[in-house]
Amino acid sequence: MSRFLRSRLLAGVAAVVAILGLGYACSTRQGAPALTAGDAAQRVYVAPGDYDEFYAFLSGGFNGQVGVYALPSGRRLKTIPVFSQYPENGYGYSEETKAMLNTSYGFIPWDDVHHTTLSQTAGEDDGRWLFVNGNNTPRIARIDLTRMETEEIIEIPNAAGNHGSPFVTENSEFVISSTRFSVPVPNADVPIADFKQRFKGQISFIRADQPGKMAIAFQMIVPGFSYDLARAGKGPSHGWMFLSTYNTEQANSLLEVNASQRDKDFVAAVSWKAIDACVKAGKGRPASVEYLHNVVEEFTRIARTERLTTVTQLEPKDCPGAMYFLPTPKSPHGADVDPTGEYITAGGKLASVIPVHSFSKMQKAIADKAFEGELDGIPVLTYESTLAGEVQNPGLGPLHTEFDGKGYAYTSMFISSEIVKWKLGTWEVVDRVPTYYSIGHLMIPGGGTRKPNAKYVIALNKITKDRYLPTGPELTQSAQLYDNTGNKMRLLLDFPTEGEPHYGNAIEAAKIKDKQLKFFKLAENRNPMVARAERETGVTRDGKKVHVRMTAIRSHFAPDNIEGVQLGDTVLFHVTNLEQDWDVPHGFAIMGNTNGELLVMPGETRTLRWIPSRVGVFPMYCTDFCSALHQEMQGYVRVSPAGSNVALTGTLSRGPSAAPKAGGEKE
Amino acid sequence: MSRLVRTLVVVAALLMSAAYALPLWRVSLFAPQYPEGLGMLIRVNTVDGVKEHDLANINGLNHYIGMKRIEPDAIPELRFMPVLLGGLIVTGLGVAALGKRVPFAIWGTALGALLLAGLADYWRWGYDYGHDLDPNAIIRIPGMSYQPPLLGTKQLLNFRATSWPASGGWALVLAAALVAFALYLAFFRRARADRTSARVASVPFMVAA
Repeated sequence: MSRFLRSRLLAGVAAVVAILGLGYACSTRQGAPALTAGDAAQRVYVAPGDYDEFYAFLSGGFNGQVGVYALPSGRRLKTIPVFSQYPENGYGYSEETKAMLNTSYGFIPWDDVHHTTLSQTAGEDDGRWLFVNGNNTPRIARIDLTRMETEEIIEIPNAAGNHGSPFVTENSEFVISSTRFSVPVPNADVPIADFKQRFKGQISFIRADQPGKMAIAFQMIVPGFSYDLARAGKGPSHGWMFLSTYNTEQANSLLEVNASQRDKDFVAAVSWKAIDACVKAGKGRPASVEYLHNVVEEFTRIARTERLTTVTQLEPKDCPGAMYFLPTPKSPHGADVDPTGEYITAGGKLASVIPVHSFSKMQKAIADKAFEGELDGIPVLTYESTLAGEVQNPGLGPLHTEFDGKGYAYTSMFISSEIVKWKLGTWEVVDRVPTYYSIGHLMIPGGGTRKPNAKYVIALNKITKDRYLPTGPELTQSAQLYDNTGNKMRLLLDFPTEGEPHYGNAIEAAKIKDKQLKFFKLAENRNPMVARAERETGVTRDGKKVHVRMTAIRSHFAPDNIEGVQLGDTVLFHVTNLEQDWDVPHGFAIMGNTNGELLVMPGETRTLRWIPSRVGVFPMYCTDFCSALHQEMQGYVRVSPAGSNVALTGTLSRGPSAAPKAGGEKE
Repeated sequence: MSRLVRTLVVVAALLMSAAYALPLWRVSLFAPQYPEGLGMLIRVNTVDGVKEHDLANINGLNHYIGMKRIEPDAIPELRFMPVLLGGLIVTGLGVAALGKRVPFAIWGTALGALLLAGLADYWRWGYDYGHDLDPNAIIRIPGMSYQPPLLGTKQLLNFRATSWPASGGWALVLAAALVAFALYLAFFRRARADRTSARVASVPFMVAA
């Protein structure tokens, strides 16, 4: 059955390719050398209780999160919510975390995460932070890798479709934002037909080396193309950022045809060092905008929103020498820089070759003024003047390239559904393996840095079709792990992923593992509503607001009986987890709450808002199986009619061995 | 008293002073849920955890079986033990300076008696914690008590408890052994000890240095 299905699907794929008139796809595909199932199993088997070799952080695409996986086993370890509310741990539901999802448009519970980038020191992944982009409502987030939580999110004004983002420079000086959907800048009520006159792109550089202090250093307003992907230069090309562009036709409708007319689009080379110098020389101007910056405060663990109203803007003509266009066939997707910093490869998704630009040739061409023209003050270099070489007949639909640091490049081929390995310098294809199916990004641990660890190649696929047990119309997303220790890549493992894994990063576990925070120190908790011991708990009324300062420890809440709440009140449960031990979170939920639940880490305070809608007695309980007496970890809240004379109390019985002690109002 | 005996007493007194800095006893607890273990260090003046929050976590777990909380401030022994030990060290040095056999014999006997009394008190303390349980405890198993072993390993429900002297405890044991040896030399091998004292006496000095 499944073999029949598979052969039918393969026939279908071949037919589609033939219809597209791109008929040599299947003839270029060679089978990977056979690896027996036993060999492959041994390579990915991590014995129970043993640790994997790598952490992999895969973007969740339209789930707005990041998945943490372990390689080579492909086991999923965690989901880190970033732009999406996450009922599992209360992110975006608790009062402390809601502000993380604030934007200038208001509270948004979702975004589309495409790309990850690890912070770097001297061009190497250093394991401090992970940056990810929000594509739909342009934002960039920073995740702290010692606690694997989102700590900071900055919104990008004048951007739309923050796709070419957040690729980092080699000392984490900057992460980048670039526009995929050009829009009027500043945005305004204009006819869409005025696209060519009124619509602009932006390229922003965001300071990324100071936790909690991400800031847009400067924003370049650029021609209204689609800026797709980017990579920072490294080594000799440090100080530059290379971005792919498409729709240089500047079409505003039926882009699939109208944006695919030109033979060549561009790789944009942008010198942020030159822009930095121009800005310091006073050539930037403050533009009036509105964007938010949300940061988790270190000791209160409360997310705070800062509203910002200006950004330093400039145009290419204000800063000659800061930006050049390199003609590149055809609607390029990835723009990737090799570990030496010399080569810039472009995956022209509709091109029949993979063009590779040379950074040193580009500098010579600039010095020689080998320009074929100028666009909005941006010199356009000739194709030949920057070209290092072309990989001929690589396959169909080249998208992204990663490197192994040994002189080889690996390019994902969306249409012919394969990974192609080729040699830098000779541009010859040396190996190819099929992917199942339609690979988007590929990833090598450190493959975009100066120090790749190319033991494995990971395919991040768009289609899984018959690879897993079917699950209705929506199938699982997936990644594939290839062995890359020999001359030929060999498929080791398929593993399902959450959401759509656009891009990801893998890093040696040793760089992160021992820095993991086990719990927050209760003594350092400065949340204004913390209760560091049961004697500090209490229930207080502030008009229509009832604050319950509450503690959780195995296996009870204090207080656990609350009376005196009235219909019309808003109750705020400030729950502090008193545990100071690893892996003992407590949960908190109450019946009928139209909000979510809390998952409170040891030493942390989290607040849940509840607006009772009826009179009665409502149970609350711990939702995380914390201990042998977890089922007993519960309590009641009594809700009386408005104006009732039931006294406001919060109590906890001390058990039959001690005299019952009233809690009540303590403040 | 020979030079060797006096030297041994001085060395023993110095070893005993190490107990101010080093833990006397270590109780380690392992369970399936605690592969990394929890541990308790008994010091001359306090009880603390091997890791920062271990004692609080042990107290947290003990409430299920109705054991009293281990509160160092509420244990009187921990207040007078440092004084007692200091007294022993000072009088020991005095005995060595004086060089008379009778005070030495009294001091040596007192030291042995006090160490034994300390051990007995520690055992009694463990017995009390292990047996004096809250009658309304969450987990009540008829006939079950939770006294940690004085020495060695014992399974207490899901926990394997191991108890051994820690570095400071071993220093006291060694000090006691040196004093015992010195007593033996002073009272049973006096003549021979005198003959060899010059040669042997240099060894502890080197050790002490």
